[in-house]
Amino acid sequence: MTITFTLNGAAKSIDVPETTPLLEALRNHLGLMGTRYGCGLEQCGACMVLLDGEPVFACTRETGTVAGRSVTTIEGLGTADKLDPLQQAFLDEQAGQCGYCLSGIILSAKALLDRNPSPSRAEIVAALDRHLCRCGTHQRIIRAVERAAHTSQRGPA
Amino acid sequence: MNAPNLPTSLVDNPRLDRWIHFNPDRTVRVASGKVEIGQGVLTALSQIAADELDVPLDRVRLLSGDTDHGPDEMYTTSSLSIQMSGSSIRLVCAEVRAKALGRAALRLNCNPDDLTVVDGQFLQNGEATGQDYWTVAGEIDFSQAPTGEAKPKKADAYKIVGKDVPRLDLPAKVTGAAYVHDVLPRGVLHARTLRQPNPGATLASLDEAAIRRAAKGELQIVREANFVAFVSPVEGVAQAAAAAAPAHARWDNLRQLTPAHQEAAWLMGQPAEDRRIGAPPRTTAPNDLAQITVSRPYIAHASMGPSCALAEFRDGHLTVQSHGQGMHPLRKNLAAALGLPADSITAKHLHGPGCYGHNGADDAALDAALVAMRIPNRTIRLQWRREEEFGFEPVGPAMVVTLHVDLDGKGRPADWTTEIWSCTHVQRPGSGSGYLLATEALPNPPPEVKPTDPTEQRGGGGTRNAVPLYDVPSHRILHHLVQRGPVRTSALRGLGALPNVYAIEMMMDVLAARVGEDPVAYRLSILSEPRARRVVERIAAMSNWKARGPSGSGSGLGMAFARYKNMAAYCAVAAAVTVDEVVRVDRVWCVADAGLIVNPNGARNQLEGGIVQALSWTLKEQVRFDDRGIASLDWDGYPILRFSEVPEIEAELVDGGGNPTLGLGECSCGPTAAAVGNAVAHALGVRIHDMPLTRDRILKALA
Repeated sequence: MTITFTLNGAAKSIDVPETTPLLEALRNHLGLMGTRYGCGLEQCGACMVLLDGEPVFACTRETGTVAGRSVTTIEGLGTADKLDPLQQAFLDEQAGQCGYCLSGIILSAKALLDRNPSPSRAEIVAALDRHLCRCGTHQRIIRAVERAAHTSQRGPA
Repeated sequence: MNAPNLPTSLVDNPRLDRWIHFNPDRTVRVASGKVEIGQGVLTALSQIAADELDVPLDRVRLLSGDTDHGPDEMYTTSSLSIQMSGSSIRLVCAEVRAKALGRAALRLNCNPDDLTVVDGQFLQNGEATGQDYWTVAGEIDFSQAPTGEAKPKKADAYKIVGKDVPRLDLPAKVTGAAYVHDVLPRGVLHARTLRQPNPGATLASLDEAAIRRAAKGELQIVREANFVAFVSPVEGVAQAAAAAAPAHARWDNLRQLTPAHQEAAWLMGQPAEDRRIGAPPRTTAPNDLAQITVSRPYIAHASMGPSCALAEFRDGHLTVQSHGQGMHPLRKNLAAALGLPADSITAKHLHGPGCYGHNGADDAALDAALVAMRIPNRTIRLQWRREEEFGFEPVGPAMVVTLHVDLDGKGRPADWTTEIWSCTHVQRPGSGSGYLLATEALPNPPPEVKPTDPTEQRGGGGTRNAVPLYDVPSHRILHHLVQRGPVRTSALRGLGALPNVYAIEMMMDVLAARVGEDPVAYRLSILSEPRARRVVERIAAMSNWKARGPSGSGSGLGMAFARYKNMAAYCAVAAAVTVDEVVRVDRVWCVADAGLIVNPNGARNQLEGGIVQALSWTLKEQVRFDDRGIASLDWDGYPILRFSEVPEIEAELVDGGGNPTLGLGECSCGPTAAAVGNAVAHALGVRIHDMPLTRDRILKALA
């Protein structure tokens, strides 16, 4: 069936069974490869996307449930040529090793900063605690989110 | 003049064009057999090439892991990439620079020494000459072997080496597609496997009709003896088939494990190849003997993403794209498994999720290739399932280490015996000790091989870091290489270093306590190596060791030191912990001496990552078995350290002091585990010898 929703700010329609996981719809039907398969069990956060601004696990989310709603993936933030300040903060802090966990983490961080522009370290940790990182880049990731918050605070009102 | 000792990589790949090629677009392709596994090596190697050639970094295109065009440097392992590939690239670039300047000097009728290089252009007295690498490259015979006779730059001439160059691969990884998983050509077929539960297991029946009903879509089932794959143009269909398959498969000859198998203690008393290394057996009675036994269970790579590979068989040529650690070895292993000549196979590396050793990546490549051979002219994208990744990756072997240290009259070690029980740390295919996983499921499976371990010259496996760097007059190792383990084991970051360093550094604290001395002071009293002393002294300063409180307060500060493999980077770690039924690591300090650092930020990133991974292993991790095999198959069954459990980490590099680069990617793991073990002992007043340091073990220790 045809499912219509907003994807990274633009209207999209796709024709897939409504039970198709959103992760598969994004990657295999819409060609957005930045949302990653990690476990398929809502245990690691590699597939996190934003649904109406809130983080959701794309691996188990049925595509039918996003009809009429707004989905944001890592591609909706910025490109390598024109980075979102949050992505830039991750590069500034060199907050990555293999990087496989980062797109999900960046989206959870974005949701946090959108509702709380100056989170404490504890609030950042709480917002990211559903995410796993196996390379051990946690400290740099936390610093990147702090940097992004600081940058947006200093930026034009 | 004698030819200099060339790095092995140059001896093995004796053509300049395997290493370097000047592209028409005024970039230069520099090639390495080492691959990016999350450690930033591509950036560091690019820095080395750019400096030696005097071209800006953005003109360097690093080709990595490519059997068609790049060098064979075996696997990306053992913290050797900068030492091996970096030194080779440095020599090749120096040589090509000298040859290019020589050609340009002939054209310009000047002395090569009159020329300087800026942005790849050759200047004479600071003036442009119209000559550059690209104008003269056609006159250089790149089929020649590197001689290593050109002198590379002196370290003080480096402009890019030693700088915090941002990782070249990270922008892609924070914006979208970046991994082998993300390559999805038109017409790709998705594949998943049904795994043979253990070598020797035979598929008695498979209810294909039931699997097709569960798959709900177009599905091909590829079967060859005990290898089964489900193939569909729709990924979800292949996934559904594979998820349903185990319930519809009946296997004979399944292995039978017991709960005891998952514990390290099971290793003691198993049939083993016993080796004695070092000092001859002691003939005299001990004077004053200190003994401890420590253990570490089976641990997992537990990469964030499952193994994945792409394969296509077209016109008799197989092309495989993989995130394995070495593409030339993979090509050889695929050739052997498939009965193809090696030159009919191209293997190319693409980035993957974090790799910490011999994981499932190579196995997935054979899986994909097997399907591609059966369904030619189509790209096959084969991805392991999460439970398959946990269930079938080779795991890091469990180990038991016992130390018997005889002390002199001053409480210093006089004679030291290290006894080690472990399964093999290396079953890499092609090494003579292991096979690509699916070969076990094919007709005519390979014969069982006698396990081997890396030699001590290469750093050892179970014996890695078993020899203390302290001043010990007489040291021997008794190594029991257990012949048949319950599950497949192979290389995982640091191999045996973590349990061996845990044992040695715990023993140091024990020995200090016996003579009532401070643990740092005690270590320094038997540590002559100046570079080792320096990091121990520095870690004491960083962690404010002199303010360390009394033992048994619930808060602890511990430290530990090791030189990785006794020949790579020196590293000391201190950890502050709070123990209240569970261990909370509050803070970790780390200092390493790795000689010349190519990229300090990247090096610190590796130290930090090693610390977090080792904390996770030490505090939380154990691969669980049931009667059939590995049973910890998801992140609930195999928890790792989370954001809320990661301490603040301060990692520092000492000035390299003109010393050559030493590998550091694995150096922080052993000292971290031991520092935490010692900190927990300081906090509790009692020692916990068996990892992981779980709530149960703490309560038992306190009871």
